[in-house]
Amino acid sequence: MTDTHYDRAPGDASALPDVEQGTSSGVLVYTIGLVLAVVLTAMSFWVANTSLFWAGGVSLGLTVLAIAQMGIHLVFFLHVTTGPDNTNNVMALAFGVLIVALVVVGSLLIMADLNDNMMPAAELMNLQMQH
Amino acid sequence: MNIAVALDDEVRQEARPRASEAGPATKRIVVGYGFWIFLLSDIVMFAAFFAAYAVLAHATAGGPSGLQLFNQRSVAIETGCLLASSYTCGLMSLVIGSRRYPATYLAALITFVLGAAFLILEVREFAGMIAVGAGPQRSAFLSAFFTLVGCHGLHVTAGLVWLVVMMAQVAIKGFRETVERRLLCFSLFWHALDIVWVWLFTVVYLMGVLS
Repeated sequence: MTDTHYDRAPGDASALPDVEQGTSSGVLVYTIGLVLAVVLTAMSFWVANTSLFWAGGVSLGLTVLAIAQMGIHLVFFLHVTTGPDNTNNVMALAFGVLIVALVVVGSLLIMADLNDNMMPAAELMNLQMQH
Repeated sequence: MNIAVALDDEVRQEARPRASEAGPATKRIVVGYGFWIFLLSDIVMFAAFFAAYAVLAHATAGGPSGLQLFNQRSVAIETGCLLASSYTCGLMSLVIGSRRYPATYLAALITFVLGAAFLILEVREFAGMIAVGAGPQRSAFLSAFFTLVGCHGLHVTAGLVWLVVMMAQVAIKGFRETVERRLLCFSLFWHALDIVWVWLFTVVYLMGVLS
């Protein structure tokens, strides 16, 4: 049972396309995904517009909600699982996420650092005046 | 019910050879995996645009900011359209599995209409922004905005064209293996676009209107 038998094509719910999967259970999976995604989207819009939370934490909360919704999409719409037949797909996805994180976080860190080390315009003017 | 499922599973497990004896993966798996890799590279490209937008988000050059430009109601409708079309696209891949022609056409039609509605709303939003002088040449913020959101819009446009082509192929060629593989790739593409949109409305529209 623990042996890997076949790989699964990304987006396929079943490893065996020729085996008839119950359509009703498939519909149920997509519907659960839709409901969860709608709830998370509604929460995102509510969090962005309410004044109930500390303003500094709102963008962090929005990021968490977006990550959660991405997970919902991956699991319920793209059928990514932790099963052995899905290892290749998950490894590729993990590599993609790593590169995306490097590009985004790296750019933001470097640009914020450059901004910090930039001389304020007023000081720059002063320097020029001294000559 | 559970016993029946378990038995069914056992039969399946026995009917399938082990990985070492199974030979090369089927073409469906190879094609799907290749397209998966392409999608991930596409998302890396979007990540670069996201990074550019995040860096330039406050570089408005004295021009209008997101707070003045973005209309949350229209963004919410766009989000609903895209999410619903992702759902119907998923239902379409289910009816493709059971090879029902009318249901496939119906699901494709709804997916297309919802995608087109999304695109129309986005184009109207762009046109409205350009009309008030907030075009891509106004500031670095707006250049990054139009590049990022426009790139997603172009992907949706390509997806709509692809969907029409696929339905023509289903009508002419029927549910052959090649056609089914292409439909699998299309549904992967469409779901991936929805994931990109989740980040778009979060980072651009919702974080853009935070004070």
